[in-house]
Amino acid sequence: MAANEVLLNVVDLVKHFPIMKGVLIQKQVGAVHAVDGVSFDIRKGETLGLVGESGCGKSTTGRAILQLHRPTSGSVFYEGKDLVKLKGENLRKTRRRMQMIFQDPYASLNPRMTVGQIITEPMLIHDMTTQKDTQGHAERLLKLVGLNPAYTSRYPHEFSGGQRQRIGIARALALEPALIVCDEPISALDVSIQAQVVNLLEDLQAELGLTYLFIAHDLSMVRHISDRVAVMYLGIIVELTSRDELYANALHPYTQALLSAVPIPDPVIEANRKRIILVGDVPSPVNPPSGCRFRTRCPLAAEICKEKKPEFREVAPDHWVACHMV
Amino acid sequence: MAELLSVQGLETQFRTREGIVHAVNGVSFGLKEGETLGIVGESGCGKSVTVMSMLRLIPSPPGKVSAGKALFQGKDLLKMSDDEIRHVRGSQISMVFQDPMTSFNPVLTIGRQVTEPLEVHMGMNRKQADDRAVEMLSKVGIPNPRDRMNDYPHQFSGGMRQRVMIAMALVCTPQILIADEPTTALDVTIQAQIIELAKRIRDDLGMAIIWITHDLGVIAGLADRLVVMYGGFIIETAPIRDVYAHPSHPYTLGLLGSLPRMDETGQRRLVSIDGLPPVLLEKPNFCPFAPRCKYVVERCWKENPPLMQVSPDHTAACWVNPETGRER
Repeated sequence: MAANEVLLNVVDLVKHFPIMKGVLIQKQVGAVHAVDGVSFDIRKGETLGLVGESGCGKSTTGRAILQLHRPTSGSVFYEGKDLVKLKGENLRKTRRRMQMIFQDPYASLNPRMTVGQIITEPMLIHDMTTQKDTQGHAERLLKLVGLNPAYTSRYPHEFSGGQRQRIGIARALALEPALIVCDEPISALDVSIQAQVVNLLEDLQAELGLTYLFIAHDLSMVRHISDRVAVMYLGIIVELTSRDELYANALHPYTQALLSAVPIPDPVIEANRKRIILVGDVPSPVNPPSGCRFRTRCPLAAEICKEKKPEFREVAPDHWVACHMV
Repeated sequence: MAELLSVQGLETQFRTREGIVHAVNGVSFGLKEGETLGIVGESGCGKSVTVMSMLRLIPSPPGKVSAGKALFQGKDLLKMSDDEIRHVRGSQISMVFQDPMTSFNPVLTIGRQVTEPLEVHMGMNRKQADDRAVEMLSKVGIPNPRDRMNDYPHQFSGGMRQRVMIAMALVCTPQILIADEPTTALDVTIQAQIIELAKRIRDDLGMAIIWITHDLGVIAGLADRLVVMYGGFIIETAPIRDVYAHPSHPYTLGLLGSLPRMDETGQRRLVSIDGLPPVLLEKPNFCPFAPRCKYVVERCWKENPPLMQVSPDHTAACWVNPETGRER
């Protein structure tokens, strides 16, 4: 595998959701700045972790990349093509190579379809198979994700959460994608089941050469699965670097606080740990703070942070940070 | 220190269309004054039902507490009159729930809700209750508490709401605070705030805490003792450091192995526990963890192991010692 070969390139992606007012005549009175200019690469064969707290725009970023939410502005380049500019048939064909695994395994499977139908529907849509071959494909895919191939005619409610997540993974794999956006794929699962699903994702990556964008809020799990990690706060990426660099040498004050807030399952370590406790809550994305978005909670905030938006710059090889104080 | 609460042989069942669900099967544990006890387990293991049964908060039907005692200062909570138990719940044992949105009344102001227990249980008048509530709200870190008394729950953020919930639970200075997954719905930076708050208040007021969670990370820095539950049974109990240093039940061992740790270096494969949690429709006459256990021996299928002493103050319900792999 060629190292550092870029699979997907996101440039200045913006997604604002309009806030409308009025009953008959609707007027836009504001916008939720869900994603406000993020740029990053996803390299072939890697797992890029995208972390942040709820409402920071990480899921919206994932969906905007796949054009499930049409971005307000910006570009997403895949094999030289800008997905944002593609429409209809062209978009559908290109998007075959990108799939998604959703957070809630109860809401993301159609309860009236059998597992076999769920898994093979995308293949039929993309003319990759014919109706009479679907059974074989469904069995092969179920086996691939560690489920009994005899289950093709069962319905989603007959499965547990972890098994349903495996069905979701099988459906994503049906189209032989290059990139899978995993949107909090394990946060609805119990601890002992989480490990099963993560191990499966890792095995599939090794076997099929997949690239993952792994969206999560659990920093321990992200450390475990990612090669590089991007940290988001209120619609922007504040830090992006390799996994080991981030966990050993975080530069942005938000990343530092986030890491120090994660509990470590070891009472001896916990007893002596110093935490950086952030004050207050995340501001509303309807009206984000001027200058640096983190300044209202930042222990290092100075006058410049109010006036000027910090540039997202490379401070060390492959280590990007958006902060005036670094 | 004196035993404040002693739960003995608690059993709870629910009648459902599929049959009788055995949610809690003979659970016994004690809580000392000023102690923080963690109850850990995955969804459906019976950790919440245990404390709800103890406080008589299980709706009946379909639920039924069929056996056991819950002695609080020598009196059995399960045998008290409705008036007595209501008094205990309001002022001596209070609870903080997981979801800070659904556990408030949305049409009453925060002030009204925080002062209510004071007027009902402590016989305070409006003025005294208001002053006490303001004092408590400021203790849990609500800015401008006097003004915010007039706000409604939806005007608070998730973290702030959980603080108000804690203030409400603590206004009558209870001897025991039961926290049922109080940080699960919160983000990690807010979770850290709430945990710091809980520790500070515990040290200030010296009450005992029962902290229910599925997160072995959160509880590590908080509890003195740990109770691990699986399939409605307690399967291990020990001082907190012993559990992490010498897990003596294969399930505890598996849980710890399946957790990625932020402080580890390099890459390892997560140890997963194969299979699924048990269906509780039958009370098993074998070990409930046997179908998923790596150390399983013949005896596990014949007898459900009771809690056995593995070292002073450390018990586990397993026929096998997972450290050696041999039968005990």
